[in-house]
Amino acid sequence: MALAISSALLEQMHRHGEETYPYECCGVLVGAFDAVGGKNVNAAIPCGNTCTDSPQKRYNISPAEVVRIQRDAMLAGNDIVGFYHSHPDHPAQWSVTDLAEAHWTGCSYVITSIEKGRAVLTNSFLLVGAEEAKRLEDEFIEVIA
Amino acid sequence: MPIGVLISTPLRPYAGKLSVIEVTAQTVGEALIDLVVQHPALLKHLSQRGKLRSFVNVCPHSDDIRYLSKDATPVKETDTISIVPSVAGGV
Repeated sequence: MALAISSALLEQMHRHGEETYPYECCGVLVGAFDAVGGKNVNAAIPCGNTCTDSPQKRYNISPAEVVRIQRDAMLAGNDIVGFYHSHPDHPAQWSVTDLAEAHWTGCSYVITSIEKGRAVLTNSFLLVGAEEAKRLEDEFIEVIA
Repeated sequence: MPIGVLISTPLRPYAGKLSVIEVTAQTVGEALIDLVVQHPALLKHLSQRGKLRSFVNVCPHSDDIRYLSKDATPVKETDTISIVPSVAGGV
């Protein structure tokens, strides 16, 4: 199972993280689930970070924005398959906060480290398990042309 | 009246793998009750100790019911209720 995403969309996410540095960027990944649990990303939709008191360390996407994106995706025959955000001057690794605030089981959480304003590394993590026993597992990113 | 409820990805395993479920309701509260009557497995994923879980957002059109009239929020036949978990995190 992997997260398949084009190099162009990956680059778009990197630019988003660089533009919002030193604050965390965030967005929604729209696409489709395949028959074996993998995901194909069709779009990476930048969102506003509504966490205004500490945007350097936290992100939050408003429910209204998630609702709008989900509805648009479903009308187009797509689905929300994951989310992305950046870690300014922190590793591209999920944190305790990332896990505590992750609730979209079966979806990918993609994190890009932005060091001194430049995108360095992107990793993806799959949320598995029920809320009381959830975990984020390493997920392979398949970059397609 | 019949109302559509959009079920987000993490909740579909508990809703017969459906992404849209039709309920009959005049308010959001009635819609949620009809929803869990049809799909009882959803209950523990939506609520805890009789209250909506803090990270579960219920939105007729785009506003969360927490900022409207909560369970008493009326719904119209043209409304679609979306149930979406929160999206947040950070270092």
